[in-house]
Amino acid sequence: MSQPTKQNESIRRYAASDQSAIVVEGLVKHFGGVKALDGVDLDVKTGSVLGLLGPNGAGKTTAVRVLTTLLKPDSGSVKVAGLDVVDDAAALREQIGLAGQYAAVDENLTGRENLTMVGRLYGMKRREAQARADELLDRFELDEAANRPANTYSGGMRRRLDLADALVAKPAILFLDEPTTGLDPRSRLALWGTIEELVAEGTTVLLTTQYLDEADRLADRIAVIDHGKVVADGTSDELKDRVGGERLEVKLDDDGFNQRAIEILGSMSDEDPFVEGESVKLTVRERRGAIVEAVQKLNEAGIGIDDIGLRRPTLDEVFLSLTGHALETEDDETQEDGK
Amino acid sequence: MKRLVSDTLVIAERNLVRLPRAPDLLLAFTVQPIMFLLLFVYVFGGAIVTPGYSNYVDFLLPGIIVQNIAFGGFVTAVGLNEDLSKGLIDRFRSLPMSRPAVLAGRTLADVATNALSMTILLVTGLTIGFRFDAGLLEIAGGVVLLLLFGYAFSWVFAWLGLLVSSPESANSVGFIAVFPLTFISSAFVPVDSMPSALQWFAEANPFTVVVDAMRALWLGAPAGNSIWGAFVWTFVIMAIFAPLAVAVYRSAAGGK
Ligand SMILES: Nc1ncnc2c1ncn2[C@@H]1O[C@H](COP(=O)(O)OP(=O)(O)OP(=O)(O)O)[C@@H](O)[C@H]1O
Ligand SMILES: [Mg+2]
Repeated sequence: MSQPTKQNESIRRYAASDQSAIVVEGLVKHFGGVKALDGVDLDVKTGSVLGLLGPNGAGKTTAVRVLTTLLKPDSGSVKVAGLDVVDDAAALREQIGLAGQYAAVDENLTGRENLTMVGRLYGMKRREAQARADELLDRFELDEAANRPANTYSGGMRRRLDLADALVAKPAILFLDEPTTGLDPRSRLALWGTIEELVAEGTTVLLTTQYLDEADRLADRIAVIDHGKVVADGTSDELKDRVGGERLEVKLDDDGFNQRAIEILGSMSDEDPFVEGESVKLTVRERRGAIVEAVQKLNEAGIGIDDIGLRRPTLDEVFLSLTGHALETEDDETQEDGK
Repeated sequence: MKRLVSDTLVIAERNLVRLPRAPDLLLAFTVQPIMFLLLFVYVFGGAIVTPGYSNYVDFLLPGIIVQNIAFGGFVTAVGLNEDLSKGLIDRFRSLPMSRPAVLAGRTLADVATNALSMTILLVTGLTIGFRFDAGLLEIAGGVVLLLLFGYAFSWVFAWLGLLVSSPESANSVGFIAVFPLTFISSAFVPVDSMPSALQWFAEANPFTVVVDAMRALWLGAPAGNSIWGAFVWTFVIMAIFAPLAVAVYRSAAGGK
């Protein structure tokens, strides 16, 4: 039914036809009075990685749950691997792997038993499922803990076991809801490597994340979602361009920091400069000559400079300007809420 | 259909494998029934008059086994609710497996645990003086009835476990539902010793029907309508609650 070889064939089939692996049009989902998804459109090309980025409560998990047939959409059309999430749900499940936001492993089963069970539920024979389990335990460095019940695992180990569960059938399309939340930096890097390997083998990945560096590194395209709507979508570069041109950052020396300096620098930009400590940050109209111009003007006014540089906007800034709030702050708030 | 069978077996195996690793549950299947039996026989036994039975343990054992088997479904209710809140149900629902298999596997595993506690109760009962008054065929028929009735009841608990919001409430709702049902029946005392309002309830109670059927099968008590009545009740309960539970499972939103 879902032997690895067949899976690979289906990957190749989608790749060859250059079909989109995921097409979402006008997806709406309510929970009572809450509009969790308010007309979402997505298009993920086969073999690419889409990063779904958004603050808490934006609707990321809801989107993933609809796309993986766990929730029925209220309206809109959702196709995964060319199959409709409502009408072809059973066939669709053969094509996907899911690692949800919270690790879903059986605490009383060992790592190996968990993976073997999932393999058999994908339709593998016991032997085949066991062999696949061992492969994955090895890949996720769980081989030493393979025969211990999962309730003895650390949070990160559980997370890795959950991801391994999602990969058991070598799915053509993989859904990862905040896959690296709760992983230490080393495990996170290892997981990024694994995802890149899977993509190199032709897997399509949709991942949600709170980490902009993760989206920046892994995602071919990023969709920023807020209040159930996609507010921007494109490559990381495109999004950065959208937010505006180059950033000029000037650190003034102690004596030089005054209103006059801010006015001088402000004249180089269409927007008000952003002042942080003794640093002034602004979006410049023209990259070329910006540094020279700033140095000259400040020099003429007798204002000293400690440091000056040009850089592209970060995804954080993109996010801030698109959603009106930074990711990290949102995160802190929810933690205080005790989530 | 082939998938339904193989997936059900995988899930049943999973539930049986994890059982010995949850010692509190194992205790519920082994020590608890023995404790109940001994308490009833030696604390209440002397005070309860059971006309037609040479001693209380003969009267009690079929009743206590039926009660115990009804309680066996608790594991299903609590376990399913745990699966729901820990996200395992989401995992299963995202797999290309047969939909009813998660519940069918659970309830099938209950048959094994029910058989275990039934055996324990029988052995204890025989040790303290219980004696069959029946042929092998009737004894076996009783065992079959017990396991079927337990299986039907597991579906009630499966439905319950998917409806309530936490494993703890699965536990207490189950308790509140099953305790009166088993006590206001012929399981522990003769029905005609109860006040008349309770008698009316006790006589209509499926537990009474099943317990009476067990006494007829194992002890040669007058059967009346109880034997076929017990099988009818068993199938009616199954026919109502299995589809209900599967419907709730299909639409289960899943906890966070
Ligand atoms: N089962 C549910 N019942 C009621 N409301 C829900 C349910 N699931 C989600 N919501 C609501 O839908 C909105 C979107 O939630 P969702 O979980 O999709 O957000 P998210 O982007 O994944 O957030 P996070 O970053 O915190 O995981 C929220 O307002 C949430 O409260
Ligand atoms: Mg989420």
